[in-house]
Amino acid sequence: MTKHPLIEVQNLAQKIGTQEILRGIDLPIYAGETLVLLGKSGGGKSVFLRHLIGLMKPIHGKILFENQDITQLSERQLESVRRKIGMLFQDGALFDSLNVFDNVAFPLREHGDRNEQDIRNRVYESLSLVNMSGHESKMPVNLSGGMRKRVALARAIISPPSVILYDEPTAGLDPIVSDSINRLIRRLQKQLQVTSVVVTHDMVSANHVGDRVALLNHGKIHFWGSLQELASSTDPVVRNFVEGRSDENNDVE
Amino acid sequence: MMSLAAFLGGVLLNFLRYLGETVLLAYETLLAICMGHVRPKLVIRQICEIGFGSQLVVLVTGAFTGAVFTAQTFFQFSNLNMESAVGPVVSVSMCRELGPVLVGLMVAGRVGAAMSAELGTMKVTQQIDALRALAVHPIDYLVVPRTIAMLVSVPLLIAECIFIGIAAGYYMAVRVLGVSGVYYIANMYRFTHGSDIFMAMSKGLVFGIIIVFISCREGLNAKDGAVGVGQATTEAVVISSLSILIANFFLTLALNMIFPAGQ
Repeated sequence: MTKHPLIEVQNLAQKIGTQEILRGIDLPIYAGETLVLLGKSGGGKSVFLRHLIGLMKPIHGKILFENQDITQLSERQLESVRRKIGMLFQDGALFDSLNVFDNVAFPLREHGDRNEQDIRNRVYESLSLVNMSGHESKMPVNLSGGMRKRVALARAIISPPSVILYDEPTAGLDPIVSDSINRLIRRLQKQLQVTSVVVTHDMVSANHVGDRVALLNHGKIHFWGSLQELASSTDPVVRNFVEGRSDENNDVE
Repeated sequence: MMSLAAFLGGVLLNFLRYLGETVLLAYETLLAICMGHVRPKLVIRQICEIGFGSQLVVLVTGAFTGAVFTAQTFFQFSNLNMESAVGPVVSVSMCRELGPVLVGLMVAGRVGAAMSAELGTMKVTQQIDALRALAVHPIDYLVVPRTIAMLVSVPLLIAECIFIGIAAGYYMAVRVLGVSGVYYIANMYRFTHGSDIFMAMSKGLVFGIIIVFISCREGLNAKDGAVGVGQATTEAVVISSLSILIANFFLTLALNMIFPAGQ
Protein backbone atom coordinates (compact mmCIF):
# COMPACT_ATOMS: atom_id res chain seq x y z
CA MET A 1 0.00 0.00 0.00
CA THR A 2 1.56 3.26 -1.13
CA LYS A 3 1.66 6.17 1.31
CA HIS A 4 0.27 8.72 -1.11
CA PRO A 5 -3.43 8.17 -1.69
CA LEU A 6 -4.72 7.37 -5.17
CA ILE A 7 -7.86 9.36 -4.39
CA GLU A 8 -7.93 12.09 -1.78
CA VAL A 9 -11.16 13.72 -0.69
CA GLN A 10 -10.67 17.08 1.01
CA ASN A 11 -13.40 18.93 2.89
CA LEU A 12 -16.16 17.71 0.56
CA ALA A 13 -19.55 19.31 1.11
CA GLN A 14 -22.89 18.93 -0.65
CA LYS A 15 -26.46 20.10 -0.15
CA ILE A 16 -29.66 18.79 -1.69
CA GLY A 17 -32.19 21.55 -1.49
CA THR A 18 -31.60 23.08 1.91
CA GLN A 19 -30.45 19.84 3.52
CA GLU A 20 -26.72 19.42 4.12
CA ILE A 21 -25.86 15.89 3.04
CA LEU A 22 -22.08 16.01 3.21
CA ARG A 23 -20.51 18.39 5.72
CA GLY A 24 -16.82 18.48 5.01
CA ILE A 25 -15.53 14.96 4.35
CA ASP A 26 -11.82 14.21 4.43
CA LEU A 27 -10.91 10.72 3.28
CA PRO A 28 -7.84 9.22 1.65
CA ILE A 29 -8.22 6.11 -0.53
CA TYR A 30 -5.07 4.15 -1.23
CA ALA A 31 -4.23 2.19 -4.33
CA GLY A 32 -5.04 -1.51 -4.16
CA GLU A 33 -7.27 -1.38 -1.08
CA THR A 34 -10.97 -2.05 -0.71
CA LEU A 35 -12.52 0.75 1.32
CA VAL A 36 -16.01 0.14 2.65
CA LEU A 37 -18.11 3.23 3.37
CA LEU A 38 -20.77 2.42 5.92
CA GLY A 39 -23.65 4.53 7.02
CA LYS A 40 -27.36 4.69 7.60
CA SER A 41 -29.75 4.52 4.65
CA GLY A 42 -30.22 8.01 3.27
CA GLY A 43 -27.06 9.22 4.97
CA GLY A 44 -25.28 10.42 1.84
CA LYS A 45 -23.13 7.41 0.98
CA SER A 46 -24.33 7.17 -2.63
CA VAL A 47 -24.09 10.95 -2.99
CA PHE A 48 -20.46 10.71 -1.85
CA LEU A 49 -19.78 7.92 -4.34
CA ARG A 50 -21.22 9.92 -7.22
CA HIS A 51 -18.74 12.69 -6.47
CA LEU A 52 -15.80 10.30 -6.91
CA ILE A 53 -16.67 9.79 -10.59
CA GLY A 54 -17.73 13.39 -11.18
CA LEU A 55 -21.47 12.74 -11.50
CA MET A 56 -22.03 15.51 -8.96
CA LYS A 57 -20.09 18.68 -8.26
CA PRO A 58 -19.64 19.63 -4.59
CA ILE A 59 -20.55 23.02 -3.21
CA HIS A 60 -17.02 23.14 -1.86
CA GLY A 61 -14.08 20.80 -1.38
CA LYS A 62 -11.74 18.88 -3.60
CA ILE A 63 -11.34 15.37 -4.92
CA LEU A 64 -7.80 14.62 -6.06
CA PHE A 65 -7.53 11.64 -8.38
CA GLU A 66 -3.89 10.93 -9.31
CA ASN A 67 -3.15 14.44 -7.99
CA GLN A 68 -5.69 16.09 -10.31
CA ASP A 69 -8.66 17.93 -8.83
CA ILE A 70 -11.57 16.38 -10.71
CA THR A 71 -14.13 18.80 -9.24
CA GLN A 72 -12.79 21.48 -11.56
CA LEU A 73 -13.07 19.43 -14.74
CA SER A 74 -15.79 19.86 -17.35
CA GLU A 75 -17.95 16.96 -18.51
CA ARG A 76 -15.68 16.42 -21.54
CA GLN A 77 -12.50 16.68 -19.49
CA LEU A 78 -13.85 14.07 -17.07
CA GLU A 79 -14.04 11.46 -19.85
CA SER A 80 -10.36 10.58 -19.55
CA VAL A 81 -10.74 10.17 -15.77
CA ARG A 82 -13.89 8.07 -16.09
CA ARG A 83 -12.13 5.60 -18.38
CA LYS A 84 -10.03 4.66 -15.37
CA ILE A 85 -12.99 4.25 -13.04
CA GLY A 86 -15.75 1.67 -13.26
CA MET A 87 -19.02 2.08 -11.37
CA LEU A 88 -21.64 -0.46 -10.38
CA PHE A 89 -24.95 1.33 -9.84
CA GLN A 90 -27.41 0.11 -7.25
CA ASP A 91 -29.87 -1.35 -9.78
CA GLY A 92 -27.23 -2.04 -12.40
CA ALA A 93 -28.39 0.75 -14.74
CA LEU A 94 -28.15 -1.53 -17.78
CA PHE A 95 -29.32 -0.01 -21.07
CA ASP A 96 -32.70 -1.64 -21.49
CA SER A 97 -32.72 -1.32 -25.28
CA LEU A 98 -29.58 -3.49 -25.56
CA ASN A 99 -29.13 -7.17 -24.74
CA VAL A 100 -26.51 -8.48 -22.32
CA PHE A 101 -23.81 -8.81 -24.97
CA ASP A 102 -24.31 -5.30 -26.35
CA ASN A 103 -24.46 -3.83 -22.85
CA VAL A 104 -21.10 -5.32 -21.94
CA ALA A 105 -19.59 -4.48 -25.34
CA PHE A 106 -20.86 -0.90 -25.11
CA PRO A 107 -17.71 0.71 -23.60
CA LEU A 108 -15.46 -1.04 -26.12
CA ARG A 109 -17.50 0.05 -29.14
CA GLU A 110 -17.94 3.59 -27.88
CA HIS A 111 -14.21 4.00 -27.23
CA GLY A 112 -13.21 3.02 -30.74
CA ASP A 113 -12.78 -0.75 -30.84
CA ARG A 114 -14.04 -1.87 -34.28
CA ASN A 115 -12.70 -5.42 -34.23
CA GLU A 116 -15.82 -7.48 -33.58
CA GLN A 117 -13.81 -10.65 -32.89
CA ASP A 118 -11.79 -8.85 -30.24
CA ILE A 119 -14.97 -7.41 -28.77
CA ARG A 120 -16.60 -10.84 -28.70
CA ASN A 121 -13.62 -12.40 -26.94
CA ARG A 122 -13.45 -9.69 -24.30
CA VAL A 123 -17.19 -9.75 -23.66
CA TYR A 124 -17.16 -13.51 -23.16
CA GLU A 125 -14.17 -13.19 -20.85
CA SER A 126 -15.82 -10.46 -18.82
CA LEU A 127 -19.11 -12.37 -18.52
CA SER A 128 -17.19 -15.48 -17.52
CA LEU A 129 -15.48 -13.53 -14.76
CA VAL A 130 -18.87 -12.66 -13.26
CA ASN A 131 -20.37 -16.12 -13.92
CA MET A 132 -22.82 -14.87 -16.52
CA SER A 133 -21.73 -16.89 -19.54
CA GLY A 134 -24.58 -18.14 -21.70
CA HIS A 135 -26.87 -15.16 -21.09
CA GLU A 136 -25.53 -12.97 -23.90
CA SER A 137 -28.75 -12.69 -25.90
CA LYS A 138 -31.04 -11.94 -22.97
CA MET A 139 -32.53 -8.50 -22.43
CA PRO A 140 -32.07 -6.79 -19.04
CA VAL A 141 -35.80 -7.01 -18.31
CA ASN A 142 -35.51 -10.81 -18.38
CA LEU A 143 -32.73 -10.92 -15.77
CA SER A 144 -33.05 -11.17 -12.01
CA GLY A 145 -31.65 -8.43 -9.77
CA GLY A 146 -28.50 -10.37 -9.02
CA MET A 147 -27.95 -11.17 -12.68
CA ARG A 148 -28.38 -7.54 -13.65
CA LYS A 149 -25.73 -6.53 -11.14
CA ARG A 150 -23.35 -9.16 -12.48
CA VAL A 151 -23.83 -7.97 -16.05
CA ALA A 152 -23.41 -4.36 -14.94
CA LEU A 153 -20.19 -5.35 -13.21
CA ALA A 154 -18.98 -7.11 -16.36
CA ARG A 155 -19.64 -3.87 -18.24
CA ALA A 156 -17.80 -1.81 -15.64
CA ILE A 157 -14.65 -3.95 -15.76
CA ILE A 158 -14.38 -4.76 -19.46
CA SER A 159 -11.91 -1.95 -20.06
CA PRO A 160 -9.94 -2.80 -16.95
CA PRO A 161 -10.28 0.19 -14.65
CA SER A 162 -7.90 1.09 -11.85
CA VAL A 163 -10.80 1.91 -9.52
CA ILE A 164 -14.22 0.27 -9.13
CA LEU A 165 -17.03 1.99 -7.23
CA TYR A 166 -19.84 -0.18 -5.88
CA ASP A 167 -23.12 1.44 -4.86
CA GLU A 168 -24.92 -0.90 -2.45
CA PRO A 169 -23.89 -4.03 -4.38
CA THR A 170 -25.99 -6.39 -2.24
CA ALA A 171 -29.08 -4.20 -1.83
CA GLY A 172 -32.30 -6.09 -2.54
CA LEU A 173 -30.58 -9.46 -2.90
CA ASP A 174 -31.11 -12.58 -0.84
CA PRO A 175 -28.27 -13.73 1.45
CA ILE A 176 -27.01 -16.41 -0.93
CA VAL A 177 -26.82 -14.10 -3.94
CA SER A 178 -25.34 -11.39 -1.70
CA ASP A 179 -22.60 -13.79 -0.68
CA SER A 180 -21.84 -14.57 -4.32
CA ILE A 181 -21.56 -10.83 -5.09
CA ASN A 182 -19.25 -10.35 -2.10
CA ARG A 183 -17.02 -13.21 -3.30
CA LEU A 184 -17.04 -11.70 -6.78
CA ILE A 185 -15.89 -8.33 -5.45
CA ARG A 186 -13.07 -10.01 -3.55
CA ARG A 187 -12.05 -12.11 -6.56
CA LEU A 188 -12.03 -9.09 -8.87
CA GLN A 189 -9.88 -7.16 -6.45
CA LYS A 190 -7.30 -9.95 -6.42
CA GLN A 191 -7.41 -10.71 -10.15
CA LEU A 192 -7.53 -7.16 -11.46
CA GLN A 193 -5.52 -5.55 -8.63
CA VAL A 194 -8.03 -2.70 -8.48
CA THR A 195 -8.80 -0.13 -5.85
CA SER A 196 -12.40 -0.52 -4.70
CA VAL A 197 -14.81 1.71 -2.83
CA VAL A 198 -17.88 -0.15 -1.62
CA VAL A 199 -20.81 1.81 -0.27
CA THR A 200 -23.10 -0.33 1.84
CA HIS A 201 -25.07 -0.59 5.04
CA ASP A 202 -24.65 -4.36 5.02
CA MET A 203 -22.21 -5.35 7.77
CA VAL A 204 -21.87 -8.90 6.46
CA SER A 205 -20.76 -7.52 3.10
CA ALA A 206 -18.42 -5.06 4.78
CA ASN A 207 -16.71 -7.79 6.78
CA HIS A 208 -16.38 -9.96 3.71
CA VAL A 209 -14.89 -7.48 1.23
CA GLY A 210 -13.32 -4.61 3.18
CA ASP A 211 -9.69 -3.84 3.98
CA ARG A 212 -10.55 -0.55 5.67
CA VAL A 213 -13.82 0.92 6.80
CA ALA A 214 -15.17 4.44 7.09
CA LEU A 215 -18.45 5.27 8.86
CA LEU A 216 -20.44 8.23 7.57
CA ASN A 217 -22.50 9.92 10.26
CA HIS A 218 -24.25 13.30 10.11
CA GLY A 219 -22.45 14.05 6.85
CA LYS A 220 -18.98 13.53 8.28
CA ILE A 221 -16.56 10.61 8.60
CA HIS A 222 -17.12 9.46 12.17
CA PHE A 223 -14.78 6.48 12.07
CA TRP A 224 -11.94 5.46 9.77
CA GLY A 225 -9.78 2.41 10.28
CA SER A 226 -9.43 -1.33 9.85
CA LEU A 227 -12.18 -3.91 10.32
CA GLN A 228 -10.52 -5.01 13.56
CA GLU A 229 -10.53 -1.45 14.87
CA LEU A 230 -14.19 -1.16 13.92
CA ALA A 231 -15.05 -4.38 15.72
CA SER A 232 -13.18 -3.37 18.87
CA SER A 233 -14.32 0.28 18.93
CA THR A 234 -16.23 1.34 22.04
CA ASP A 235 -17.64 4.48 20.42
CA PRO A 236 -21.42 4.31 20.98
CA VAL A 237 -22.24 5.50 17.43
CA VAL A 238 -20.02 2.81 15.94
CA ARG A 239 -21.37 0.13 18.28
CA ASN A 240 -24.98 0.99 17.48
CA PHE A 241 -24.34 0.72 13.76
CA VAL A 242 -22.24 -2.46 13.91
CA GLU A 243 -24.73 -4.18 16.22
CA GLY A 244 -27.77 -2.88 14.34
CA ARG A 245 -29.23 -1.10 17.33
CA SER A 246 -31.42 1.98 17.06
CA ASP A 247 -31.12 4.26 20.06
CA GLU A 248 -32.97 7.56 20.49
CA ASN A 249 -30.04 9.14 22.34
CA ASN A 250 -27.34 8.07 19.93
CA ASP A 251 -29.07 7.73 16.55
CA VAL A 252 -26.80 7.49 13.52
CA GLU A 253 -28.29 10.05 11.07
CA MET B 1 -51.04 43.38 -5.95
CA MET B 2 -47.71 42.16 -4.61
CA SER B 3 -48.74 38.53 -4.91
CA LEU B 4 -49.78 39.13 -8.53
CA ALA B 5 -46.41 40.75 -9.24
CA ALA B 6 -44.65 37.86 -7.53
CA PHE B 7 -46.66 35.35 -9.56
CA LEU B 8 -45.94 37.10 -12.87
CA GLY B 9 -42.31 37.48 -11.90
CA GLY B 10 -42.13 33.78 -11.12
CA VAL B 11 -43.69 32.89 -14.47
CA LEU B 12 -41.23 35.13 -16.31
CA LEU B 13 -38.24 33.69 -14.43
CA ASN B 14 -39.39 30.12 -15.12
CA PHE B 15 -39.84 30.96 -18.80
CA LEU B 16 -36.39 32.52 -19.03
CA ARG B 17 -34.80 29.58 -17.22
CA TYR B 18 -36.55 27.10 -19.51
CA LEU B 19 -35.52 29.06 -22.59
CA GLY B 20 -31.95 29.30 -21.34
CA GLU B 21 -31.67 25.58 -20.64
CA THR B 22 -33.10 24.70 -24.05
CA VAL B 23 -30.83 27.13 -25.89
CA LEU B 24 -27.83 25.80 -23.92
CA LEU B 25 -28.75 22.25 -24.94
CA ALA B 26 -28.99 23.39 -28.56
CA TYR B 27 -25.61 25.11 -28.31
CA GLU B 28 -23.88 22.05 -26.83
CA THR B 29 -25.47 19.85 -29.48
CA LEU B 30 -24.32 22.12 -32.30
CA LEU B 31 -20.84 22.18 -30.80
CA ALA B 32 -20.78 18.39 -30.62
CA ILE B 33 -21.83 18.13 -34.27
CA CYS B 34 -19.15 20.62 -35.31
CA MET B 35 -16.57 18.63 -33.30
CA GLY B 36 -17.54 15.54 -35.29
CA HIS B 37 -19.16 13.61 -32.44
CA VAL B 38 -21.64 11.98 -34.78
CA ARG B 39 -22.58 8.28 -34.72
CA PRO B 40 -23.86 7.45 -38.24
CA LYS B 41 -25.56 4.19 -37.19
CA LEU B 42 -27.57 5.97 -34.52
CA VAL B 43 -28.51 8.75 -36.95
CA ILE B 44 -29.78 6.21 -39.47
CA ARG B 45 -31.72 4.38 -36.78
CA GLN B 46 -33.37 7.62 -35.71
CA ILE B 47 -34.19 8.55 -39.30
CA CYS B 48 -35.92 5.19 -39.64
CA GLU B 49 -37.88 5.71 -36.43
CA ILE B 50 -38.79 9.32 -37.14
CA GLY B 51 -39.17 9.33 -40.91
CA PHE B 52 -40.25 5.81 -41.72
CA GLY B 53 -42.26 5.45 -38.56
CA SER B 54 -44.28 8.61 -39.24
CA GLN B 55 -45.44 7.54 -42.70
CA LEU B 56 -48.98 6.54 -41.74
CA VAL B 57 -49.50 9.69 -39.69
CA VAL B 58 -48.26 11.95 -42.49
CA LEU B 59 -50.16 10.17 -45.24
CA VAL B 60 -53.47 10.29 -43.39
CA THR B 61 -52.90 13.88 -42.27
CA GLY B 62 -51.93 15.06 -45.74
CA ALA B 63 -54.66 13.18 -47.59
CA PHE B 64 -57.58 14.16 -45.42
CA THR B 65 -56.39 17.73 -44.90
CA GLY B 66 -55.96 18.21 -48.63
CA ALA B 67 -59.34 16.68 -49.39
CA VAL B 68 -61.32 18.61 -46.79
CA PHE B 69 -59.61 21.91 -47.56
CA THR B 70 -60.35 21.40 -51.24
CA ALA B 71 -63.98 20.69 -50.47
CA GLN B 72 -64.35 23.75 -48.25
CA THR B 73 -62.61 25.98 -50.78
CA PHE B 74 -64.81 24.65 -53.57
CA PHE B 75 -67.99 25.24 -51.55
CA GLN B 76 -67.08 28.87 -51.02
CA PHE B 77 -65.58 29.58 -54.46
CA SER B 78 -68.38 27.93 -56.41
CA ASN B 79 -70.72 30.71 -55.20
CA LEU B 80 -68.43 33.16 -56.98
CA ASN B 81 -67.89 30.95 -60.06
CA MET B 82 -64.22 30.68 -59.17
CA GLU B 83 -63.90 26.90 -59.08
CA SER B 84 -60.78 27.04 -61.22
CA ALA B 85 -58.99 28.88 -58.40
CA VAL B 86 -59.38 25.92 -56.03
CA GLY B 87 -56.19 24.22 -57.26
CA PRO B 88 -53.72 27.04 -56.56
CA VAL B 89 -55.40 27.97 -53.28
CA VAL B 90 -55.03 24.41 -52.03
CA SER B 91 -51.46 23.97 -53.24
CA VAL B 92 -50.21 27.30 -51.91
CA SER B 93 -51.98 26.77 -48.59
CA MET B 94 -50.59 23.26 -48.28
CA CYS B 95 -47.07 24.51 -49.00
CA ARG B 96 -47.08 27.63 -46.87
CA GLU B 97 -49.20 26.63 -43.86
CA LEU B 98 -51.14 23.41 -43.66
CA GLY B 99 -48.37 21.00 -44.57
CA PRO B 100 -45.67 22.36 -42.26
CA VAL B 101 -47.92 23.11 -39.28
CA LEU B 102 -49.90 19.88 -39.32
CA VAL B 103 -46.82 17.73 -39.84
CA GLY B 104 -45.08 19.69 -37.09
CA LEU B 105 -47.93 19.06 -34.67
CA MET B 106 -48.21 15.38 -35.61
CA VAL B 107 -44.47 14.82 -35.27
CA ALA B 108 -44.44 16.69 -31.95
CA GLY B 109 -47.12 14.36 -30.68
CA ARG B 110 -45.66 11.16 -32.00
CA VAL B 111 -41.91 11.66 -32.06
CA GLY B 112 -41.59 14.31 -29.36
CA ALA B 113 -43.50 12.19 -26.89
CA ALA B 114 -41.40 9.12 -27.70
CA MET B 115 -38.14 11.06 -27.33
CA SER B 116 -39.02 12.62 -24.01
CA ALA B 117 -40.40 9.34 -22.66
CA GLU B 118 -37.33 7.38 -23.70
CA LEU B 119 -34.84 9.90 -22.36
CA GLY B 120 -36.92 10.46 -19.24
CA THR B 121 -37.02 6.75 -18.49
CA MET B 122 -33.28 6.55 -19.00
CA LYS B 123 -32.84 9.48 -16.62
CA VAL B 124 -34.93 8.07 -13.77
CA THR B 125 -33.36 4.59 -14.07
CA GLN B 126 -29.80 6.04 -13.93
CA GLN B 127 -28.99 4.99 -17.49
CA ILE B 128 -27.92 8.58 -18.28
CA ASP B 129 -25.56 8.45 -15.29
CA ALA B 130 -24.30 5.09 -16.53
CA LEU B 131 -23.52 6.69 -19.91
CA ARG B 132 -21.58 9.47 -18.20
CA ALA B 133 -19.77 6.97 -15.95
CA LEU B 134 -18.73 5.03 -19.08
CA ALA B 135 -17.19 8.25 -20.47
CA VAL B 136 -19.88 8.69 -23.13
CA HIS B 137 -21.36 12.19 -23.32
CA PRO B 138 -25.18 11.94 -23.23
CA ILE B 139 -25.53 14.74 -25.76
CA ASP B 140 -23.24 12.95 -28.23
CA TYR B 141 -25.05 9.63 -27.84
CA LEU B 142 -28.67 10.71 -27.39
CA VAL B 143 -29.28 14.24 -28.65
CA VAL B 144 -26.98 14.58 -31.68
CA PRO B 145 -28.44 11.60 -33.60
CA ARG B 146 -32.00 12.76 -32.92
CA THR B 147 -31.19 16.31 -33.99
CA ILE B 148 -29.64 15.30 -37.29
CA ALA B 149 -32.45 12.83 -37.92
CA MET B 150 -35.10 15.50 -37.30
CA LEU B 151 -33.36 17.99 -39.60
CA VAL B 152 -33.35 15.35 -42.35
CA SER B 153 -36.77 13.81 -41.72
CA VAL B 154 -39.15 16.67 -40.95
CA PRO B 155 -38.66 18.60 -44.22
CA LEU B 156 -39.06 15.35 -46.15
CA LEU B 157 -42.20 14.48 -44.23
CA ILE B 158 -43.60 17.93 -44.97
CA ALA B 159 -42.82 17.50 -48.67
CA GLU B 160 -44.59 14.15 -48.59
CA CYS B 161 -47.59 15.64 -46.80
CA ILE B 162 -47.86 18.46 -49.33
CA PHE B 163 -47.66 16.03 -52.24
CA ILE B 164 -50.30 13.72 -50.80
CA GLY B 165 -52.48 16.68 -49.84
CA ILE B 166 -52.38 18.15 -53.32
CA ALA B 167 -53.04 14.73 -54.85
CA ALA B 168 -56.00 14.15 -52.55
CA GLY B 169 -57.21 17.64 -53.30
CA TYR B 170 -57.02 16.97 -57.04
CA TYR B 171 -59.00 13.77 -56.63
CA MET B 172 -61.61 15.53 -54.51
CA ALA B 173 -61.91 18.52 -56.84
CA VAL B 174 -61.83 16.75 -60.18
CA ARG B 175 -63.35 13.32 -59.51
CA VAL B 176 -65.85 14.18 -56.81
CA LEU B 177 -66.75 17.85 -57.21
CA GLY B 178 -66.46 18.09 -60.98
CA VAL B 179 -63.82 20.81 -61.33
CA SER B 180 -62.02 20.83 -64.64
CA GLY B 181 -58.83 18.85 -64.25
CA VAL B 182 -57.01 20.85 -66.92
CA TYR B 183 -57.75 24.21 -65.28
CA TYR B 184 -57.00 22.75 -61.84
CA ILE B 185 -53.48 21.64 -62.81
CA ALA B 186 -52.70 24.63 -65.04
CA ASN B 187 -53.65 27.20 -62.40
CA MET B 188 -51.90 25.22 -59.71
CA TYR B 189 -48.62 25.35 -61.67
CA ARG B 190 -49.15 29.01 -62.55
CA PHE B 191 -49.64 30.25 -58.98
CA THR B 192 -47.41 27.88 -56.97
CA HIS B 193 -43.78 28.94 -56.88
CA GLY B 194 -40.44 27.71 -55.63
CA SER B 195 -40.69 30.22 -52.81
CA ASP B 196 -43.70 28.35 -51.45
CA ILE B 197 -41.67 25.13 -51.32
CA PHE B 198 -38.79 27.05 -49.73
CA MET B 199 -41.12 28.35 -47.03
CA ALA B 200 -42.35 24.83 -46.32
CA MET B 201 -38.83 23.47 -46.01
CA SER B 202 -37.67 26.39 -43.86
CA LYS B 203 -40.54 25.88 -41.48
CA GLY B 204 -39.76 22.17 -41.44
CA LEU B 205 -36.21 22.81 -40.25
CA VAL B 206 -37.34 25.23 -37.55
CA PHE B 207 -40.14 22.97 -36.32
CA GLY B 208 -37.79 19.98 -36.25
CA ILE B 209 -35.34 21.93 -34.11
CA ILE B 210 -38.11 23.05 -31.75
CA ILE B 211 -39.43 19.50 -31.28
CA VAL B 212 -36.08 17.80 -30.73
CA PHE B 213 -34.63 20.27 -28.24
CA ILE B 214 -37.77 20.73 -26.19
CA SER B 215 -38.41 16.96 -26.08
CA CYS B 216 -34.80 16.12 -25.22
CA ARG B 217 -34.66 18.86 -22.61
CA GLU B 218 -37.80 17.52 -20.94
CA GLY B 219 -36.55 13.95 -21.01
CA LEU B 220 -33.08 14.74 -19.69
CA ASN B 221 -34.59 16.71 -16.79
CA ALA B 222 -37.25 14.17 -15.80
CA LYS B 223 -37.46 13.35 -12.10
CA ASP B 224 -39.53 11.37 -9.63
CA GLY B 225 -40.01 8.09 -11.47
CA ALA B 226 -43.05 7.23 -13.57
CA VAL B 227 -44.95 10.38 -12.62
CA GLY B 228 -42.02 12.54 -13.64
CA VAL B 229 -41.64 10.77 -16.98
CA GLY B 230 -45.35 11.21 -17.66
CA GLN B 231 -45.14 14.90 -16.83
CA ALA B 232 -42.07 15.33 -19.01
CA THR B 233 -43.79 13.64 -21.94
CA THR B 234 -46.93 15.75 -21.59
CA GLU B 235 -44.95 18.97 -21.30
CA ALA B 236 -42.79 18.05 -24.27
CA VAL B 237 -45.82 17.64 -26.50
CA VAL B 238 -47.71 20.67 -25.21
CA ILE B 239 -44.74 23.06 -25.21
CA SER B 240 -43.52 21.82 -28.60
CA SER B 241 -46.98 22.23 -30.12
CA LEU B 242 -47.50 25.71 -28.71
CA SER B 243 -44.01 26.75 -29.75
CA ILE B 244 -44.66 25.51 -33.29
CA LEU B 245 -47.85 27.55 -33.52
CA ILE B 246 -46.17 30.68 -32.18
CA ALA B 247 -43.03 30.22 -34.28
CA ASN B 248 -45.18 29.61 -37.36
CA PHE B 249 -46.82 33.00 -36.92
CA PHE B 250 -43.54 34.87 -36.81
CA LEU B 251 -41.97 32.75 -39.53
CA THR B 252 -44.94 33.41 -41.81
CA LEU B 253 -44.63 37.14 -41.32
CA ALA B 254 -40.88 37.10 -41.89
CA LEU B 255 -40.94 34.77 -44.89
CA ASN B 256 -43.79 36.70 -46.48
CA MET B 257 -41.69 39.81 -46.35
CA ILE B 258 -38.94 37.97 -48.22
CA PHE B 259 -41.29 36.03 -50.50
CA PRO B 260 -44.58 37.90 -50.80
CA ALA B 261 -47.52 35.71 -51.81
CA GLY B 262 -48.29 35.71 -55.49
CA GLN B 263 -44.83 36.79 -56.63
